[in-house]
Amino acid sequence: MLHTINKSPFEKDSLKTCLRYAEKGSSVLFIEDAVYACTKGTIFEKQISDNHANISFYVLGPDLEARGLDNSNLTNNIEIIDYKGFVKLVADNEKTQNWL
Amino acid sequence: MKFGVLINEGPYQHQASDTAYKFIEAAIEEGHEIFRVFFYHDGVNNGTRLATPPQDDRHIPNRWTELAEKHDLDLVLCVAAAQRRGMVDEDEMKRNSKDANNIAGKFRISGLGQLIEAGIQADRMITFGD
Repeated sequence: MLHTINKSPFEKDSLKTCLRYAEKGSSVLFIEDAVYACTKGTIFEKQISDNHANISFYVLGPDLEARGLDNSNLTNNIEIIDYKGFVKLVADNEKTQNWL
Repeated sequence: MKFGVLINEGPYQHQASDTAYKFIEAAIEEGHEIFRVFFYHDGVNNGTRLATPPQDDRHIPNRWTELAEKHDLDLVLCVAAAQRRGMVDEDEMKRNSKDANNIAGKFRISGLGQLIEAGIQADRMITFGD
């Protein structure tokens, strides 16, 4: 299953809620302001890097760039994808949950 | 694969409509079919033909119309949401005795059943909103 998050974790609890519900082996994609969750050195870094549930983390590259962020600011084990990658994730997962 | 898309936010106030546009563009490029784009809540404001954004900015309503013309997309505004926000087509203008209509090309106004149908017919349903 694919989960998308579009809010900064500093603004809303979507990331926390999502990780509570996400089953083992699911995918989480950060879009829009949620890309701030991927930055190094924040209190959310541990939640992503610990990754007990073996979740695949992705971030939408264009949204990262629009906010002046890139690979060098990123927490480990997050893959940068483009819109085609976004489409592929939706197609590859039978269900998508958009945490709004 | 068939995609259904739900957009809940208006243009220029939230990224949802832009993200949805880019997603749909990429999906078409990848050979997928867009079964329907349903605009709900403030999302109906994407369908006005009276918007005049600054020339150096993207024209969100026109961009939808152009994409729909190119790929024959079904762009549907929720009728209840549209009525509340003054989004009117020819039929609604007559039905509610209004003196004008403002719907952009390739958009149509219909009911929530169209969203449910998209959920049933499409292989994937994705929501963009706040």
